[in-house]
Amino acid sequence: MSTHSEPSPGKPSRLDPEAMPRRDFLGIAAASMAAGACGFAALGAAKLPKAAVLPSAAKKFKVTLPESLPSGTPFFPEGRSVVVFKDGDRVFAMSTVCTHLGCIVKPAAMGFDCPCHGSQFAPDGTVLRGPAPKGLPWLSVRSAGGGAILIDEGTVVPPGTKETV
Amino acid sequence: MNTPGHGQEERTGLGTFADNLRKVPRRFIESMFRTGRPDSDRSRNDFVFSNFFLHVQSVRTHRWSLRWSTTWGLGMVALSSFLIATVTGILLMFYYKPYPEAAYQSIKDIHFVVPTGRFLRNIHRWSANVMVFSVLIHMARVFYTASYRKPREFNWATGMFLLVVTLGLSFTGYLLPWDQLAYWAITIGANIAQSPREVTDPIGLTPHFDPGGLQKLLLLGSDEVGAEALIRFYLLHVMILPIALCGLLGIHFWRIRKDGGLAKPEDADRRLGGPDPEAVPAWTAAPRKTWSLAAVVRGRTPAVGAGAENTVPSMPHLFYAEAAVFMLTFLVCVLLSIVSDAPLKELANPNVPENPAKAPWYFLGLQELVAHSAFAGGVLIPGIIIVGLGLIPYLDREKKGTGEWFGGPGGGKLVAWSAVFGLGTVLALEAIAIRFGWLRQWFPGTPQLLITAINPGTVLTLIYGLYSVYIVRRFNSMRAGALGLFTCFLMGFLVLTVIGTWFRGPNWDFYWSPSQWPGH
Ligand code: HEM
Ligand code: FES
Repeated sequence: MSTHSEPSPGKPSRLDPEAMPRRDFLGIAAASMAAGACGFAALGAAKLPKAAVLPSAAKKFKVTLPESLPSGTPFFPEGRSVVVFKDGDRVFAMSTVCTHLGCIVKPAAMGFDCPCHGSQFAPDGTVLRGPAPKGLPWLSVRSAGGGAILIDEGTVVPPGTKETV
Repeated sequence: MNTPGHGQEERTGLGTFADNLRKVPRRFIESMFRTGRPDSDRSRNDFVFSNFFLHVQSVRTHRWSLRWSTTWGLGMVALSSFLIATVTGILLMFYYKPYPEAAYQSIKDIHFVVPTGRFLRNIHRWSANVMVFSVLIHMARVFYTASYRKPREFNWATGMFLLVVTLGLSFTGYLLPWDQLAYWAITIGANIAQSPREVTDPIGLTPHFDPGGLQKLLLLGSDEVGAEALIRFYLLHVMILPIALCGLLGIHFWRIRKDGGLAKPEDADRRLGGPDPEAVPAWTAAPRKTWSLAAVVRGRTPAVGAGAENTVPSMPHLFYAEAAVFMLTFLVCVLLSIVSDAPLKELANPNVPENPAKAPWYFLGLQELVAHSAFAGGVLIPGIIIVGLGLIPYLDREKKGTGEWFGGPGGGKLVAWSAVFGLGTVLALEAIAIRFGWLRQWFPGTPQLLITAINPGTVLTLIYGLYSVYIVRRFNSMRAGALGLFTCFLMGFLVLTVIGTWFRGPNWDFYWSPSQWPGH
């Protein structure tokens, strides 16, 4: 079998070690390939819990503000955690999801209050009282024609961005 | 008919049939015990040896382990309440539907329509609470009796995982009714998972590295609490976590046995004052199997070199005690279920938060801290506590006081003083925060990052930490430091939980009593 000189039986010399038996080699090779395959499969499966497209409701919606809405009075579109303000002929929108732990803020004398841990926000969304770490995010607003506006909850714009509609 | 057995009178085939039929119940019961009924010491041992469920435990139990004050049966209470919750939970699954709205309706059905449904639901809810409570005080008893020491360190570590899984079970179950309480508690919980953003946001790291966002996403399967979150929580609650818990419990119990039973003082035998005069000497019971196999385990057990005189057969002494604890736990769960119904509020409404939105009671201490900083109170401090607890048996390598209540340098006196110190500190800090507010009220415009670092929670943790450093140096003992620190944190947990539960109302404002809450 082996091409080189026969070692004395049962006594492999250090210079001429016994080759690894073929069966052992095949066994080890097969086992490590199986382990490798399992490892890669597990890596792939680890991606399972994070869907490529998040199953959340559409973030864009249209709303028509009442003609008579005075400047600076909050308007809450039905079924959305958003507040819209008019400022002359311009409008802007903010999220009403508290930046602390996600409760929905309510209008109050000073602006907005969060019922969960008492954060307070000014009418422009800046934090007046903790524990909220950040102000309420301003949301993108565009004219959708016919007096309606299109609000995108998924797009945050710098505070102070007002849109003429 | 042809060949009647020895000494048996001749019988008709029909007669034998009737006779055998009559004896079926007794023979069936006999056949369950491979070694006959347990009515002598020897057959009792065989009873344990040859029974799959009982052999996890040793055939003989040391009398020290059987004293009530050794364990107060707390581990058994935890196990019992888990079993009760498992059985009632499986029954609830017949009617529960894990889909928003449908979930709420099905719980309503269980509560109002299904026969015995409300009772089962109550028992499930109560046994879950009993489980969390008993696991917490079981941990405290193991700590205060210094029973975590070598060779039991790993079982303490296993216990830490058991604690986390137990809390996880309870938390995931909280969402399932899909009512206002559930929805908002889980919204808050999921946002706590996201709160590392409190740190990554101000330093501009979030777009590149966002562990908080990832955690929330994995938990909810979406960016809000919805159908995906419900099915995930359901799966965790009824499959993944129970299976994990069973596996961990297997290790936990196996290790108790292999670590030589429960921890006891070195001189336990002397303290017990010799064997019970009525006890049968263990070495002369003419066993078929020698005691050396059963009663003397490997070198580390206190039984080595000594006979098994201070041990008693586990059947009946230990098993009857365990059965008694189980029945007591069951009784308590049933009584609580009769007097108090599990809550069910209105259907979850993502647009109107529950006010106040309270988590389950054992998280209200954290919620009290979270009201200053989500990250510090919800992630940082719990993380420090879990890691700190896990390290205890690896840092305390001392011998003195094992198996004794408040054993170790300082002892009960140190614990009492630490309790006073811990209580005083947490009450003082809370009083300041409630009466005078915190940094943002004093210096408007304080950045959140500073508040994340300096808030009542982190200050409290720091003071407790410094206190225990002082104790370690004063007594020159890790055990003394651990006694001080554990006691302080226990007091902190207690006070914060009480405040969060009874003294916080709408807007998380402080009220002396719920009757003062403004109507909402
Ligand atoms: C589901 C939760 C748990 C169950 C069902 C459970 C059950 C038990 C039982 C039945 C015992 C026997 C003695 C006794 O009753 O005290 C025990 C002992 C022990 N447990 Fe737990 N346990 C749980 C959680 C924990 C936790 C959270 C820890 C600590 C972090 C822990 C650490 C230990 C240790 C170190 C022992 C050995 C004590 C000794 O030798 O005296 N266990 N456990
Ligand atoms: S969620 Fe608004 S203050 Fe906590």
